Amino acid sequence: MHFEYKIKGGDFANAGNASSQVKKILKQLNVDHLLIKRVVVSLYEAEVNIVAHALEGIIKVDIDAEKIILRLEDKGPGIPDIPLAMKEGYSTASPEVRAMGFGAGMGLSNIKKNADKFNITSKVEVGTQLEIIIYFK
Amino acid sequence: MTLREVNEILGGRVVCGEDKLDREVEYGFASDLMSDVLTLNTENLLLLTGLTNLQAIRTSEMSEITNIVFVRNKKVNPDMVQLAKANDMVLIECASSMFKCAGKLYQAGLKAIY
Repeated sequence: MHFEYKIKGGDFANAGNASSQVKKILKQLNVDHLLIKRVVVSLYEAEVNIVAHALEGIIKVDIDAEKIILRLEDKGPGIPDIPLAMKEGYSTASPEVRAMGFGAGMGLSNIKKNADKFNITSKVEVGTQLEIIIYFK
Repeated sequence: MTLREVNEILGGRVVCGEDKLDREVEYGFASDLMSDVLTLNTENLLLLTGLTNLQAIRTSEMSEITNIVFVRNKKVNPDMVQLAKANDMVLIECASSMFKCAGKLYQAGLKAIY
């Protein structure tokens, strides 16, 4: 199964719509609720990151019998120092993002914690790509 | 503790989910920071927050939290109620500070996660 969702930077009113759709799909597939939570928390963190930092992005979701693969690709400022961005507490979020309850510098580390496999690549002033894999075991 | 008891203790106002007040909660967590809420792995949780925007509801949806108290006399907006109803949530508004709400509920037996 393959699904794609387009995300607009700055569109906080719709931040989380894609994650919500994926949650509904996984529920329909009778995936264990704790696994669903790991998937949607990771995805929601990553979706909010696109809304908060990028101009636009796309979420590609692939589901098979064994796993779910989430690929998030955005166009935006990119991340100059990934190890620093991965550190809990480090954030470049704007006051607007913080007013939404985010920007505590917890997102990427929380994604890594919930994922079985997590890859991040980024190019400054081009964009960032995330790959999150969670196995249904 | 039932949500009915929570509402009585806090002198709150149930904004949605009036028919679900017999639901039990065991733990409480108080935060305006949704990033912190997303790190939790606790069931039967009551969230206390002063954050009244759609992200409070979205975050709860992702975290499987279905019971929220909005503190500091913050008002829930219609978009939040709509999304909360779609996710079977109970929303309660309360005029007291987060500190006072948390203190009263802790005293009444609601447990801290950590």
